[in-house]
Amino acid sequence: MSSFNSIVSLEEARRVAIFGGTHGNEMSGVTLVNLWVKNGAEIQRKGVETKPFITNPKAVEKCARYVDTDLNRAFTPENLSAPQGDNQPYEVQRAQEINGIFGPKGSPDAYDVIFDLHNTTSNMGCTLILESSKDHFNLQMMNYIKKAIAPSSCLVLLNEHPLLKYSTSRSIAKHPVGLEVGPQPQGVLRSNIFEAMRVILKHALDFIELFNEGMEFPSCTVEVFRVLERIDYPRDANGNIIAMVHPNLQDCDWEPLNPGDPMFQTFDGKTIRFQGSGTVYPTFINEAAYYEKQQAFVTTRRESLVASSIRKV
Amino acid sequence: MEVDELECLPRLPRVAVCGGTHGNELSGVYLVRELLKMEKKVTKEEEEEDERVSVLMVLSNPRAMLQCRRYVDTDLNRCFTRATLNGPVSDVAPYEITRALELNRMLGPKGSPAAVDLVCDLHNTTANMGLCLIAYSDCDWICLHIFKHLQREMPDVPIRFIHFDVSSKESYSLDSVGKHGFAMEIGPQPHGVVRSNVYTAMRVGVQNMLDWVRFFNSGTIFEGGFVEVFSMVKHIDYPRDRETRTITAAIHPQLQDRDFCLLHPGDPLFQTFSGETLPYKGKEPLYPFFINECAYYEKGIALSLARKRRVMIPSIRVQTEQEQESYVQEFTSEEEE
Repeated sequence: MSSFNSIVSLEEARRVAIFGGTHGNEMSGVTLVNLWVKNGAEIQRKGVETKPFITNPKAVEKCARYVDTDLNRAFTPENLSAPQGDNQPYEVQRAQEINGIFGPKGSPDAYDVIFDLHNTTSNMGCTLILESSKDHFNLQMMNYIKKAIAPSSCLVLLNEHPLLKYSTSRSIAKHPVGLEVGPQPQGVLRSNIFEAMRVILKHALDFIELFNEGMEFPSCTVEVFRVLERIDYPRDANGNIIAMVHPNLQDCDWEPLNPGDPMFQTFDGKTIRFQGSGTVYPTFINEAAYYEKQQAFVTTRRESLVASSIRKV
Repeated sequence: MEVDELECLPRLPRVAVCGGTHGNELSGVYLVRELLKMEKKVTKEEEEEDERVSVLMVLSNPRAMLQCRRYVDTDLNRCFTRATLNGPVSDVAPYEITRALELNRMLGPKGSPAAVDLVCDLHNTTANMGLCLIAYSDCDWICLHIFKHLQREMPDVPIRFIHFDVSSKESYSLDSVGKHGFAMEIGPQPHGVVRSNVYTAMRVGVQNMLDWVRFFNSGTIFEGGFVEVFSMVKHIDYPRDRETRTITAAIHPQLQDRDFCLLHPGDPLFQTFSGETLPYKGKEPLYPFFINECAYYEKGIALSLARKRRVMIPSIRVQTEQEQESYVQEFTSEEEE
């Protein structure tokens, strides 16, 4: 763990990608990337090559989350090293192609930063998703973004959980950044959500430009919400859902959930309460895509991470 | 119409409650599943006691429900035109057409005396519409009295009646199969999600609807009066790129979620992706609804517009057996003529 006084020197971030349509029905990212593919002036920054890219065009065309399998779970080492072929699910083939263009994952040739744009039906507001607590570049970027949009809020979700972490499309980059903005129904474009995502990206790219120009970012603390566990819906013996997110919990992403608080409501009106041992901060509450992934919400705990001072090499 | 006019209408012995007509509109899916479960638990005595109405619970589009999609091949809720229902039966027909013919056999046939008396078809919308009853007629007193009853019994929920002026020859939705019918549409709820407040409103709405039918069949007189009805006038599509037909603007933030708030000429309608406001260019102030309904992007509808009207509905009660007999005789002799 770096001490407060040491400055971490990092390479310039020269190659940046912005992914939209990783889930084809999450419309803010699809719309923004299509806009920037036509006219990329807004995302250009001095000294940075910024590439907007639709990752799952077939899903976008169908306005579906995916065609065969979830692209945002497909970038596993097994899939990426498997022999390429037409018999693979569409998204596995796509993952291999994307790894070829923006990776290879884990190699020095991989893109420096990838922003992956997502929407959620959950009331998460603007959320940045971090995959490593030791990525000081990302921590500094997220700190910069939070300060830039204040008093509007932008929270940081850290998913470093050994079992719950998954192989995202952005994970091929050296610095993967997930952007999740909600609430927005799948297949719908809400202008306030669209603009919020646009503003966050603007500040993110500003940060990269400043960093590349030589600005030093002093050590800072960043509040994050660390993923603890996934909570499924109550189900019957056949696997059918038998209760819904309780009205007291619905839309209360990031608010404390205490042991004994209402959590689910059965279809005939009974309350099921949270049985945990301590207070948690739930998020991804009632995300449409997670019914099939056995997830009603995810619990998190609040942590303060220290970001080392950073400067380009 | 005279104030003390009382219309006597035939009994409603059979009611169908349909969910999952669109497989990803989950309140109806879960509610009908729950009602089917409860039905299994009802004892024979309880069943015999409640002879006032027989309720059929139907999951309309099981394949779409399994995939949690609106439809598999084609929108089921557009398949109930007479042309489709009387059309040729084919092995290679789209799934929903085959299913529509099955549902017509089960609940219809549409237009015949064997059809169920009332169809209540459950839907959700991503638009902020509260609870809406949607029907083809603005003079079906059964539907309008049910509407009046729901408003009285559920004062905390915004409840509205939307009238689509479509003739019975051209009617296309599942609710047109019954002698009377309406869609119960509740939003906002994202597709693929069940929100407990929306589910509860639907559960209570259906319960109140069935209670009303039982009261009606038992002889209760329902007092008439004025009700407010929103009559559909037109749809407006998104601005689109001339060549690619892709959408070039989103519903304006000042219009988003403001269903049933009067839209005046000049009010903001869309916001382009470069931030320009496009105003409503119509000449008449109208009431918008289905604002930003996900499923309507492909139908070319950004929002629909309606006029608000006051409709006078008469007092009604169920026909006595004598009245029913003479009504039937009259009906039959009309046919013979």
